[in-house]
Amino acid sequence: MFYRDRKEWADLEPVPQDDGPNPVVKIAYSDKFTDVYDYFRALLKNDEKSDRAFTLTAEAIELNAANYTVWHYRRVLLQALEKDLREEMRYITAIIEDQPKNYQVWHHRRMVVEWLNDPSEELEFIAEILSQDAKNYHAWQHRQWVLKEYKLWDSELEYVEQLLEEDVRNNSAWNQRHYVISHTTGYSDPSILNREVQYSLKQIKKAPHNESVWNYLKGILQDRGLSSHPGLLEQILELKETHCSPYLLGFLVDIYEDSLENTSGDQVEVLSKALELCELLAQEKDTIRREYWSYVGRSLQMKYCSDDPSTTSSQHESPILGMKP
Amino acid sequence: MLDKHADYIAAYGSKKDDYEYTLSEYLRMSGIYWGLTVMDLMGQLTRMNQQEISDFIKSCQHDCGGVSASIGHDPHVLYTLSAVQILSLYDNVNVLDVDKVVEYVRGLQQEDGSFAGDKWGEIDTRFSFCAVATLALLGRLDAINMDKAVEFVLSCMNFDGGFGCRPGSESHAGQIYCCTGFLSIAGQLHQVNADLLGWWLCERQLPSGGLNGRPEKLPDVCYSWWVLASLKIIGRIHWIDKSKLRSFILACQDEETGGFADRPGDMVDPFHTLFGVAGLSLLGEGQIKDVNPVLCMPEDVLERLGLHPDLLS
Repeated sequence: MFYRDRKEWADLEPVPQDDGPNPVVKIAYSDKFTDVYDYFRALLKNDEKSDRAFTLTAEAIELNAANYTVWHYRRVLLQALEKDLREEMRYITAIIEDQPKNYQVWHHRRMVVEWLNDPSEELEFIAEILSQDAKNYHAWQHRQWVLKEYKLWDSELEYVEQLLEEDVRNNSAWNQRHYVISHTTGYSDPSILNREVQYSLKQIKKAPHNESVWNYLKGILQDRGLSSHPGLLEQILELKETHCSPYLLGFLVDIYEDSLENTSGDQVEVLSKALELCELLAQEKDTIRREYWSYVGRSLQMKYCSDDPSTTSSQHESPILGMKP
Repeated sequence: MLDKHADYIAAYGSKKDDYEYTLSEYLRMSGIYWGLTVMDLMGQLTRMNQQEISDFIKSCQHDCGGVSASIGHDPHVLYTLSAVQILSLYDNVNVLDVDKVVEYVRGLQQEDGSFAGDKWGEIDTRFSFCAVATLALLGRLDAINMDKAVEFVLSCMNFDGGFGCRPGSESHAGQIYCCTGFLSIAGQLHQVNADLLGWWLCERQLPSGGLNGRPEKLPDVCYSWWVLASLKIIGRIHWIDKSKLRSFILACQDEETGGFADRPGDMVDPFHTLFGVAGLSLLGEGQIKDVNPVLCMPEDVLERLGLHPDLLS
């Protein structure tokens, strides 16, 4: 039954939608929607804090869960009417199940969890949502907040591994892996770092064309030296024979670049290999990013090529003009 | 096809009986910003009703200074920015009480430098961007603790060079746009690892030529904006295969109705129309005005305001 026909709502004057400019032409959109929102606006106008208002917010949310003003109002009512927050948890659980890709619903849940100071349902609930869409950005944010806020790290690495078993290309899971380890053991311990390197290489064997794992591998090693990790270059060169990909070739370039940067002595061979790979990537293996590969090749050349004429001429640079090569 | 797109946007504003239009009331201010900006980029801003829109915006500013998406909605930094952007297009920010806007934005900054979206406290780097973009347009960047704001955004930089919504959050092109835009306005772009981030961003390009927002996801025309603008800001826009991207964006047009959809064949909407056209502008499309990659507004508007956010080269 419409609110406009309900006796117990007769005291309220419904407020039609006011987008400002032209008068609203109410033809196509649903009568129910108009009715509920006209009464929502009436309640807001009177700043009414009652059970009937609270009940109506649920209807308004059902019709448009993205409407942040309705959620605000519901929270105000939750507090003003001292509503049962456990019941609210059940409510928000149902809403999120139905509409998991909405900022407001997750923020609302977080507020309720904070008010209750009880995260005990969270990890299981989020896992349930992720089982429907393992990359839901909102779900992952909420999960990270729960883990950090309530220090619930214990089983998270295991959970991440399970997700990666199901889909090794899940970038969110790789990000989570980094998050968990960063917040627990860290990567400074060489045995942990190596464990992660070997884990990554294992996943690469399973699915060589996987952006995420290569970004992860580079990410964990870049501050610690790609070229100095024991045995890594050899392992990559081995993989190149059987599980090659543009990512692998790009990673090799990264290793060679790191070697050029951090090793002294003659590196002509290393430079030459790196340049060859950049050429291969630009011309054949990753042509859509040829500009990037050309840039990398040029940069390496400029920086490390000892017979680059421009570097020799810098020895003759004019002290007055201070011209750079 | 620009005329068709302009017709689509011009008509969209008047379809107030449309269900989708009603459903999107909670973001109306941003919807108006998208529509007006794309019209201005196509040189057709005059087709929109400046007076009505200005009156509407005025009635959306609350006592606290913040602006809501529509009448009867609560204020939020997202819609505060959209309102200021719209009024900047019209060179009429004084429709709002500017001092109060500044107060509202200042009040959203947290101790750790982050910004909440509104009084309910959701934290997100999107809001850091909205805050400084709003203040930059009003010439009031001094109102916040910029050092702390920068510190927070940098704490959201990830191992892959990208940025997420909060520290530790997965890198995402939309968030990267907000953070690089933020750092540009803050004069801190040198803190970005441009080669590393540039690589992550150009990895978004799929064989179809379209761009996705994170690894292993589908392309969407709005990423033509988030990714491309970010690349432009960090001086690496040439790392994208431009002609392939252009083909993808054009394929997202609807030749019958006008407007752009998220991907070829889907329903069009003003959001994707703006970002499709803005993306084409960044790619150098002659018939579209130059768009500023930091603020997603016509360059000539920023010129008038004397705003030149940094870009890396």
